Amino acid sequence: MKRSALEGVRIADFCWLWAGSYATGLLAFLGAEVIKIESMQRVDPSRMMTLTIGQSFEGVDHSPVFNSINLNKMSAKLNLKHPKGIELAKKIIQISDVVSQNMRPGAMEKMGLGYDVLKEVKPDIIMLSSSAFGAEGPLKRYGGYAPSFAAYSGVTHLTGYSDGPPNPMTGSTDLMSATTSAFAIIAALNYRQHTGKGQHIDLSSVESLAVFTGDALMDYIMNSRVQSRKGNRDNIMAPHNCYRCRGDDKWVSIAIATEEEWQAFCRVIGNPAWAGADKFSDAYNRWKNQYELDALVTEWTVNYTHYEVTEMLQKVGVAAMPSFSNQEIFSDPHFKERKLAVEVEHPAMGKQVVLGPPWRLSETPAKVTKASPVIGENDEYVFGELLGMPVSEIKQLIAEQVIY
Amino acid sequence: MPERALGHLKVIELCNLVTGPYCTKLLADLGAEVIKIEPPGTGDAARHRGPFLNDIPHTERSGLFLYLNTNKLGITLDIKTPTGLSILKELIEQTDIFVEDNSHAVMQELGLTYDELKKINPRLVMTSITPFGQTGPYRDYKAYQLNLYHSGGEGYLLPIQSPEPNREPVKGGALVGDCICGLSIAIATLAAAYNMHATGIGQHIDASKQDVMMTMVLLEIAMYANLGVVRNRHRRPILMPIPMECRDGHIMISALTEREWQDLMHLMGNPQWASDERFSHWIQRHLHGDEINPHVQEWAKQFKKDELFRKLQANALAAAPVNTPEDLVKSPQMEARGFFVEVEHPEAGKLKHPTVAYKFSATPWRGERAAPLLGQHNEDIYCGRLGYDEEAIARMKENGVI
Repeated sequence: MKRSALEGVRIADFCWLWAGSYATGLLAFLGAEVIKIESMQRVDPSRMMTLTIGQSFEGVDHSPVFNSINLNKMSAKLNLKHPKGIELAKKIIQISDVVSQNMRPGAMEKMGLGYDVLKEVKPDIIMLSSSAFGAEGPLKRYGGYAPSFAAYSGVTHLTGYSDGPPNPMTGSTDLMSATTSAFAIIAALNYRQHTGKGQHIDLSSVESLAVFTGDALMDYIMNSRVQSRKGNRDNIMAPHNCYRCRGDDKWVSIAIATEEEWQAFCRVIGNPAWAGADKFSDAYNRWKNQYELDALVTEWTVNYTHYEVTEMLQKVGVAAMPSFSNQEIFSDPHFKERKLAVEVEHPAMGKQVVLGPPWRLSETPAKVTKASPVIGENDEYVFGELLGMPVSEIKQLIAEQVIY
Repeated sequence: MPERALGHLKVIELCNLVTGPYCTKLLADLGAEVIKIEPPGTGDAARHRGPFLNDIPHTERSGLFLYLNTNKLGITLDIKTPTGLSILKELIEQTDIFVEDNSHAVMQELGLTYDELKKINPRLVMTSITPFGQTGPYRDYKAYQLNLYHSGGEGYLLPIQSPEPNREPVKGGALVGDCICGLSIAIATLAAAYNMHATGIGQHIDASKQDVMMTMVLLEIAMYANLGVVRNRHRRPILMPIPMECRDGHIMISALTEREWQDLMHLMGNPQWASDERFSHWIQRHLHGDEINPHVQEWAKQFKKDELFRKLQANALAAAPVNTPEDLVKSPQMEARGFFVEVEHPEAGKLKHPTVAYKFSATPWRGERAAPLLGQHNEDIYCGRLGYDEEAIARMKENGVI
């Protein structure tokens, strides 16, 4: 069996909700042993409900949402409200390489699990603290969910129709913040591998999205221009939009950058007379008259399915792709071939379809090895095997609601 | 002088526009030595895209290019000439990581496949970024950020809660799609570097931008397979958060938990409508959001967005103003965290740049080097690193190799 890239890396994961969970989930795909520290006294809300569709799940082990973002992980129950819980947390950290947490700034410190304490326990520990606004600055105590940190970051202002309200996007913003956390941890792991030193990382979810608006920020800095949302439109390319196709709510995206692409596009649509008009004669004219152009392109696309348009245009080197719904993706031949979706057997829910890692590593494949854990699934491994506690002691701690 | 987190890594970048350059910028910002290779004459296409300083197009004053290429070294090289190709191989021989975003066909044609390159450097980590990956029926398809946003599944869902379901779906704003791809791919690249230092074995990473985009909506995608729920962007009667209009812009307000709901109602003066039986449980409130939201909207309208933000946060409610780029640049929070750092560039002068989202206690970010001028480090690399003499450089320049 092939080795994993992060073999031997152990992560004590105090994160919850989407942004926290998926961060360590990405590292678990790469082979890190991630132990999720959870408690019945403070259950991860994603184990119980989803706001996206307003549904609550039975108990704490029947959430496909939790399952999707906590693959490959282990779970140990630990009540951090109990002093003995804190002591046990330190013991787990002592044998870990990374601690990851996304409570409000100051919460870990209050429990006696701040970085200053943890580096006494494990001098080369890497600790990631992720919060809405970061652990410094006047807003450090302010809380936030994905819609609020997306709003503060500027991404919401820049998304949506040019004549419509700002738009907060989907829960993707949570997973983008998670991806940033995973990157920061793996960078710190590389540093530790080279120097033997750990460190603390203070991550701001607001900033994790703000960095994606670098062009708009530079425009303000350089030209005092305040950019706004513009739907699908580009600053120089046209056509550059989604066009209606045959069928119910079916759309194809088409983007044309060069003269060569434009000529190829015109050939495919049969060189209609309008395509030769002065107002579409070069890239700038097409861009200037793009509303009119879009209407003419649509007159052509509505006669075909989005797949037909895609195939006709890709054949001549023009970038076109359907706007896929979550249902359509499953029947797409490329999606099937890439095997991004895999099936796992969940102890409580049975077969579940999940999405694996988005990269293919030739020598140390990143992969889905198991479903998410049911709560406390690995209590015995963590407290018995890793910490070497006798069964009697574990039983006692369960009775005292420490392992709870 | 503090150490840098990735100061021990050497990276060669052969990429264009946003995704690949952003991927290696993340490594350069943490101290990796990134040598960016650009085609002689034109350079990276990002140099030709705005925003430009004072709105005057200039290949050394593109804000897009400057932002995406901080802390890198820049050389020019025509890899389509045999001399250029052999110099590229010399560079690859000495590097840890090679990130490229050319099509599968081009790399085959140039003989720059991983199988060939590992012969000259068995420890090499090679990351190949393409729109759809190295396998599958769309392998050779072309796609810009717009096409990936839509083929990745999130575009179809935007704008969420659209009041006009007959209009076209849209992409996420700014550089969101391309940057998240670059970020995600940097994780796999650093994992491979970690493995290489542990085992001495390099490897190839096949990174598909469409795959990354789909994982950003993995919950929505999996929802169809597991719950049979088909998602679209049409407005649903759900409770906030949706942007609420204030006197001077918009605010996002969340009141999801029971505690948050009670606190929000208290702040609003416990209005009569809130005592409706149907609003007594979160699921019920969630499903009757379209009856609640207008009341909150009416209330929000009397405030300025920043004023209401502070008022709500003072009551532990997770609200945030919908910031414009200007708001962000002027934000005291960003100021206190030093998110914007002034960098001096020979052509563009002193300019603030957005930096990174994380503060490393032992290895802080430093804006030590602005984006390179086209070919700025040719002498350093070709003479200093590879040992070519000045005459050889002059000849290669005349011949258009560099």
